[in-house]
Amino acid sequence: MKTVINNYIREEMFPNIWCPGCGNGIVLGAIIRAIDDLKWDKNKIAMISGIGCSSRITGYVDFCTMNTTHGRALPFATGIKMANPNMKVVVVMGDGDCSAIGGNHFIHAARRNIDLTAIIINNMIYGMTGGQYSPLTPTKKFGTTAPYGNIDQSFDLVKLAKAAGASYVARGTVYHVRQLTSLIKKALNKKGFSVVEIISDCPISYGKMNKMRTVVDMLKWIKDMSVSKKAWEDLSPEEKKEKFVIGEFLDIDRPDYTELYSKVMEEAQKMGVSR
Amino acid sequence: MKENKLIEIYQNDSVKISVRKEWCKACGICIEFCPKDVLAADEQGKPIPININECIKCSLCELRCPDFAITVEGGE
Amino acid sequence: MNKLKRNVELLQGNEACVKGAILSGVRFFAGYPITPSSEIAEGMARLLPQIGGKFVQMEDEIASIAAVIGASIAGFKSLTATSGPGFSLKQENLGFAIISEIPCVIVNAQRGGPSTGLPTKPSQGDMMQARWGTHGDHSIIALAPSTVNEVLTLTIKAVNFSEKYRTPVILLLDEVIAHMREKVEIPAPEEVEVINRKKPTVPPEEYFPFKPDQNGIPPMANFGEGYRYHITGLIHNQKGLPTSNPQEIDSFIRRINNKIQENVKDIIIYEKYFLDDAKIALIACGSVARAAERTVKLAREEGLKVGLLKLLTIWPFPSEEVNRLAQQVDLIIVPEMNLGQMVLEVERASRGNCEVVSYSRVDGELINPIEILGKIQEEIKK
Ligand SMILES: Cc1ncc(C[n+]2csc(CCOP(=O)(O)OP(=O)(O)O)c2C)c(N)n1
Ligand code: SF4
Ligand code: SF4
Ligand code: SF4
Repeated sequence: MKTVINNYIREEMFPNIWCPGCGNGIVLGAIIRAIDDLKWDKNKIAMISGIGCSSRITGYVDFCTMNTTHGRALPFATGIKMANPNMKVVVVMGDGDCSAIGGNHFIHAARRNIDLTAIIINNMIYGMTGGQYSPLTPTKKFGTTAPYGNIDQSFDLVKLAKAAGASYVARGTVYHVRQLTSLIKKALNKKGFSVVEIISDCPISYGKMNKMRTVVDMLKWIKDMSVSKKAWEDLSPEEKKEKFVIGEFLDIDRPDYTELYSKVMEEAQKMGVSR
Repeated sequence: MKENKLIEIYQNDSVKISVRKEWCKACGICIEFCPKDVLAADEQGKPIPININECIKCSLCELRCPDFAITVEGGE
Repeated sequence: MNKLKRNVELLQGNEACVKGAILSGVRFFAGYPITPSSEIAEGMARLLPQIGGKFVQMEDEIASIAAVIGASIAGFKSLTATSGPGFSLKQENLGFAIISEIPCVIVNAQRGGPSTGLPTKPSQGDMMQARWGTHGDHSIIALAPSTVNEVLTLTIKAVNFSEKYRTPVILLLDEVIAHMREKVEIPAPEEVEVINRKKPTVPPEEYFPFKPDQNGIPPMANFGEGYRYHITGLIHNQKGLPTSNPQEIDSFIRRINNKIQENVKDIIIYEKYFLDDAKIALIACGSVARAAERTVKLAREEGLKVGLLKLLTIWPFPSEEVNRLAQQVDLIIVPEMNLGQMVLEVERASRGNCEVVSYSRVDGELINPIEILGKIQEEIKK
């Protein structure tokens, strides 16, 4: 049973450490299939992650991989991309990783529009540490640190990324796998900062706290809660609050940071000689 | 039909479904979301095709498997 | 002598750091502004793009050191510079560079602390933070220049050590050294010894990214050069993959410590002034060593047998040298711009062989030669 997947994984690391049905594995498959479609040279791909269950993803793929510190994957990736703009740099983060401890790095990477692809696996909870609420836990849902229901307002990562200056922004889910693979592929191909937020399942931490005991319950919930952009428009404000809108939200072209910096280098070299 | 201990292979004239049992964690995703109810759970909760002739080779089971434990070959 | 292109320039300490970094091959800088280190960032922003290097101002110091580590993995010699509050923020990823064995240099122009402290005043309050600031067992290399010329030479050393030992190296300046101007002889590029990280000699299939060579240091493949492997802040095996095997854990932790501890002969740099016949020794570093040097002259004029051990390498601590000194002299005085940090190491290294006393000043003012002399006279009278 050889598939494209086998060409990209470190087989000795399997079976993976994730819980049965964890969405991280589905995302891993989607990323690999998207990269395989693009026929990129594995030697030129760097995949960088932070800390969390989702960030374990980098251990499983046969690229240049790095599992960094909690929230900091984007600045590490920024250094790699600046030093070697020929590398394709993919950054995978959890929702807490990206939007809590890494929130500042996220908006600044978007602002610079540096040519990285940020993939955020949003299971709406801190999975690895056992189910505490995150900045993406919906209001009124439960976490081990929100035993009476979450009173925080959650971020809308799509809006945040757009406002901060990204070039491509999309949201998919682990249920809608085909669409997910194509969104990831478009994001990878985009020059500039591209973002794909993926609504994912964490049956162990999120599911357990929120009356979805099984993996299947969780995936059904994600399926039922997801609506296309078009369908979303017709919903009432109350209904809108509950739903995950999926699809593409931004796809624009503007110069990326490494390109702009190479212009700085040209300029500096001219001035340096005349000095 | 068995290829070896680790991978169970089921096939008919047009499709071959393989299950890598040592990687499968019996999450049930492939079974629940198969549009044609091709798969059922064995005593461990791992998939066995009980209606392989119904399989439309949509590959959704393979795409959604978080553990790369089920593959569908043939046609497309 | 043949004619090398040597220039004598009047430079600020921070400018000398920039020159030294560039001479040693640094081509990437990421930083965040903070007094008294900002001139390093400013110099890098101007010079690096002229010579094919890259500069980026990041959103904070955590991001700056992360970018520096990333650039180093992609093959650029990299440096970041900061001061107290920023040095605190860098501790997290300093640990990452240690565990993943990524060469890089962190300059800390020390100012008074804790917290915002005294932004424009010198201090030596970060001696122990440089050693133990990041959590967990680890070794570290930290160098401390006391002249602008030494800023240049020790920056080069710092970059070379980081490449040779695959480890982050800390350069401890203080506000005075960072900002004062002195004549510096800039070596011609061909004079400068430049050490580059050892690359793997085996093909990618045979490469174990964390398998040490005979010196305990694994050859390092840069990302993008055909070697695909994993880097992690988790304790890892020789393949770079996380491990929970007690034996692998133990040998890993010991190796990343030993690769520095076993090379102290190469790493430790110090200078001796009038120590041959000394009965009283001063041990000092950074801008305090300048005052101490002057004190030695004043004391000798009074017929006192005083000498100075000026430490250029702070970590690993030159314990052997201090121990030898303790056997020779009756008294060691350790003047420091802190409440007595280095003196603790001196006491430890002296093993009771002589008396060790601290002279500390924490009011943001420089220690001057006269007050050290006063301390000597006071101790003699006791
Ligand atoms: C600086 C720091 N703070 C806290 C932690 C503990 N920690 C590990 S993973 C994690 C959160 C993980 O949640 P998320 O980013 O959403 O990823 P998931 O595990 O859900 O995939 C935390 C808080 C840490 N490793 N480092
Ligand atoms: S705790 Fe949640 S996120 Fe972590 S592996 Fe388990 S299911 Fe996945
Ligand atoms: S989806 Fe994969 S892991 Fe889950 S039951 Fe099916 S084959 Fe097993
Ligand atoms: S390929 Fe489609 S129809 Fe066939 S078993 Fe898988 S999910 Fe069912």
